[in-house]
Amino acid sequence: MQTLTQRLANPTRFMELSRQLLPWISGLAAVVLAYGLYLSFFASPPDYQQGETVKIMYIHVPAAWLSMMAYLIIAVSSFGLLVFRHPLADVSAKAAAPIGAAFTLLALITGSLWGKPMWGAYWVWDARLTSVLILFFLYIGLIALRSALDEDPALAGKLTAVLGLVGVVILPVIRFSVDWWNTLHQPASVLKLGGPAIHPSILIPLLVMAAGFTLLFVAMHLKAMRNEILRRRVRSLTMAEVERAARLELRAAE
Amino acid sequence: MDLGPHAAFIWASYAVVALVIALLIVWLIADGKQQERRLEELEARGVRRRSARASGSGGHAA
Repeated sequence: MQTLTQRLANPTRFMELSRQLLPWISGLAAVVLAYGLYLSFFASPPDYQQGETVKIMYIHVPAAWLSMMAYLIIAVSSFGLLVFRHPLADVSAKAAAPIGAAFTLLALITGSLWGKPMWGAYWVWDARLTSVLILFFLYIGLIALRSALDEDPALAGKLTAVLGLVGVVILPVIRFSVDWWNTLHQPASVLKLGGPAIHPSILIPLLVMAAGFTLLFVAMHLKAMRNEILRRRVRSLTMAEVERAARLELRAAE
Repeated sequence: MDLGPHAAFIWASYAVVALVIALLIVWLIADGKQQERRLEELEARGVRRRSARASGSGGHAA
């Protein structure tokens, strides 16, 4: 009996399954995000301290969660490539990097736009902000390393997997930075022992937006993986065509 | 809708999120179409994958 991972190890099967799933996940993401935006703008009260700027939280927090989730996917995929040589692991890691980088950038920009009215500064070299900035640089490093080794995709996959696994140490640093150091950033208020410290009127829109962002991420990751599989097919077919032409030329010369 | 004295920060945040997500979606769709077009061009020249050849469509495989 094959596990789900083993069944999905076949790229052709993955392409078929993802082709069927993608429209449903994308549609669901659009509906959930639309509902989340409605809740955020029309059905949630201003915060008693932060006023209407709490609306920035509905996009900032999901972007920040996804910035970490995308890196976790890269780390798990890297492990899958280096240890199990799963055929889709490298595809998954490569596909997640630019999307993760985009969500990290969004977390940094929206955090900065939230920080100015609340803290009086767009940026402070605070432990949480600095560790997320390092995460963004890690994403850029992964993309740049792979791009630099474009001529040898197998080597690029292995080296980026090693960097991806080493870089995973940043995730607990980000998560616990608000506990380990004195920071301006507020401590965990949703995923914490004893339950969320946010009133349901604000928590529910946040969770709906987080679900919408997550569905959007899943749809984009699936699409990016499909693109990458097609890119690899194009590459292998192009190489086969070049080799065939070289063989024919050699035969003609003989 | 009155978003108070910091409305510009709120709108700017939502605008940048919408822009980046829209750019990501456009890039993903364009990239997918480009790869599909390249694959079709190769197949039109008779270059096919082993699985496609096995299903009886001929050509040479990668």
